[in-house]
Amino acid sequence: MVKVRFFAVLKSLVGKEEVSLDVEEGTTLAQLLEKLKMDLPPLDDILQKGGVLISVNQEVVDREAPIQDGDEIAFLPPFAGG
Amino acid sequence: MDQDRIRVQTEDFSTEEETDKIKACSKRIGGIVNFLGTARDFSKGQEINHMFFDHYPGMAEKRLAEIREHALKDYDIIEVTIIHRVGEIAIGDNIVLIIVGAEHRKDAFRACSWCIDELKRITPIWKKETTPEGIVWVEEHP
Repeated sequence: MVKVRFFAVLKSLVGKEEVSLDVEEGTTLAQLLEKLKMDLPPLDDILQKGGVLISVNQEVVDREAPIQDGDEIAFLPPFAGG
Repeated sequence: MDQDRIRVQTEDFSTEEETDKIKACSKRIGGIVNFLGTARDFSKGQEINHMFFDHYPGMAEKRLAEIREHALKDYDIIEVTIIHRVGEIAIGDNIVLIIVGAEHRKDAFRACSWCIDELKRITPIWKKETTPEGIVWVEEHP
């Protein structure tokens, strides 16, 4: 089971703050995204628009990153602190 | 000690108290530069009534700690404090404070400028502005 979190504007666009789902061993982030897009259709548009970073266990990663049971994945829209 | 130097918090901070803490950490300090970011009531031609900051707990603190460590390594400075507020922020209230103490002013100015630029670039913090026309999540960070 992995936890997927959405922050800021993405919470309202996706309509959820977080979801949990099972992943098979050897799953990559790209494969997880395909699965998530089926469950959460707004994600497709969000990812196509670009500008959203994805972190695994609080480190920004690329789409080939392996996903393991217990990981926390987060969708991070453009930062605007300060 | 480091935990006190890096904070993400809902409550306000005292610029004077935080500056005194930096001053007290070394007698070699000869220059202190503060950057204080506050909530303004106008942005991109629109009035702002109030704002709200969201953040990724844990990751935001981690990024701020990295910024502090890099600044201490890459600039000739003695100490750095970085504090960012989250939650509801009223117009005129404090948002972010960066204090850099160094032997000389130029190093403190340079490091402080780099820290706020880096904070805006890599820290998972987001701003939502409430205007008379509605709510806007800010995506740019000039």
